[in-house]
Amino acid sequence: MVHLSSFLGAIGKQTHEFFAQIARLSELIRSFLYWGFLAPIEGKKSLRRELFAKQLVFIGNESLFIVCLVSASVGAVLALQAAYQLRQFGALLYTGSLVSVSMTRELGPVITAIVIAGRVGASITAELGTMKVQEEIDALITMGIPAAPFLVVPRIFGLVVMLPCLTILSYAVGMIGGYLVGVVGLHINSDLYLHGNFSALVPKDMWTGLAKSFVFSLIIGVIACYEGLSVKGGADGVGRATTQSVVLSIISIIVADGIFTAIFYYVFP
Amino acid sequence: MTDKGIMKPLPGTTRGVMSAIKIEGLHKYFGEREILKGINFQVSEGETLVVLGGSGCGKSTLLRSMIGLLTPEKGSIHILGQNMATATEDQRNDIRKKFGMLFQGAALFNSLTVGENVALPIKEHTRLHPDIIRIIVKVKLELVGLTGFESLRPYEISGGMRKRVALARAIALDPKIVFYDEPGAGLDPITANVIDRLIIDLSKKLKMTSVVVTHEMKSAFRIADRMIILHQGEIVACGTPQEIQNSEHPYVKRFINGEEGPVALETKDSYLKGILEEDDR
Repeated sequence: MVHLSSFLGAIGKQTHEFFAQIARLSELIRSFLYWGFLAPIEGKKSLRRELFAKQLVFIGNESLFIVCLVSASVGAVLALQAAYQLRQFGALLYTGSLVSVSMTRELGPVITAIVIAGRVGASITAELGTMKVQEEIDALITMGIPAAPFLVVPRIFGLVVMLPCLTILSYAVGMIGGYLVGVVGLHINSDLYLHGNFSALVPKDMWTGLAKSFVFSLIIGVIACYEGLSVKGGADGVGRATTQSVVLSIISIIVADGIFTAIFYYVFP
Repeated sequence: MTDKGIMKPLPGTTRGVMSAIKIEGLHKYFGEREILKGINFQVSEGETLVVLGGSGCGKSTLLRSMIGLLTPEKGSIHILGQNMATATEDQRNDIRKKFGMLFQGAALFNSLTVGENVALPIKEHTRLHPDIIRIIVKVKLELVGLTGFESLRPYEISGGMRKRVALARAIALDPKIVFYDEPGAGLDPITANVIDRLIIDLSKKLKMTSVVVTHEMKSAFRIADRMIILHQGEIVACGTPQEIQNSEHPYVKRFINGEEGPVALETKDSYLKGILEEDDR
């Protein structure tokens, strides 16, 4: 009987905590939407330009190298793996097509989002979490400055602008990686490789990839800010929230990618 | 000397002096735990009130309620005539522009320089030209005895300096009231004394009302015009430092002399429940 009551108590506590989290997440999204879109219409000071610019530099410029490195590696590996199978059918020339379509439709957006979730999402959570622990967010509120336009809006807007840009860069660098492997390593004729690379691409490949990266940017931004602002305790709380933020972002990105791929396949064939 | 938080005008001040802060029937619960049990007091304009009490007596909850970070279940908190307890978030932000707050750990933004930290409330709430803001920042930093520190980052200066920068930020908008949370915490006695002197000087020079929450007796007696002592969520004594010193209240005597008392029994479950419900808010 005691075990049953403690079991039911644990379920009740978990359920209560789950709904409390949903409520806090909804409040964060509501604040973001209000301060991001409605407040400027009402004449309130919303997006702080210098903070936004700072985020653009941090998310965009400072991620260039890592996004290029990962995308080039993925493009190169993709070309090698594709060649391994295509060679058996004498279809090595299609390596370029496979790399370009895979990079634009799938790997470019997903890989870039995962890299940014690890680099930027973790940083946002750690920064906001530390600010919360050190009472900096309380200080902001006490100064009559709402936290959302100051902390959340510039970060999410920064991600929304820069993630698609980095994704486009990832397309290009991934294709260059594939091209180098195809031409130098697999000895495919350069013109033929490029022809295969670009002839397989259609505009839909590009915009579906960009649409995904837009959604991924919102996922990373909302999760990173939510986890950061929900930190409890001290340094260990910040560490836990940062890990949670990255793990949750990556899982959400992969699940959202599956859903969007299915939507694009069945609804917009 | 009055017990149970009944207001007594400050000796030497004129009766009928306007209240900068007026708190009536304040109750705050975390879950089933009643943290504040009907607090009543007021602070006259220009007065320095020190809220004293041991750990867990509710003084931080009282302070956080006064600055609008917590909403009490019952009672009113009038700050310069506006009720913080019932105000909407927009109204609270308007009230907050009229007071400054010095946090225990200074709470400076590490991503901003010292100058940018002090300039932040001015930039956010005024449309002053950047050159004028720069001059105001310089003046505020000079008031707390820091000149030429504008370009340094908070992590490049000492703890005492950080507190002074936070004080400069708290007075950046020339507030009528400044709240201080444990101003001497974590500082050596000499630096803590410097901060106390600053509080006294600034209150006089700028004619500010000050509310200082602390558990440090020396500091409290140095800066207070009037003191209240909180114990288990209730005001057990209220009066001038002299009156508090001569108090016959057993807890006050024990607190002032740092004597040991009976250890309050508390169950882990009720304590944790209170904490968890506080986090949900």
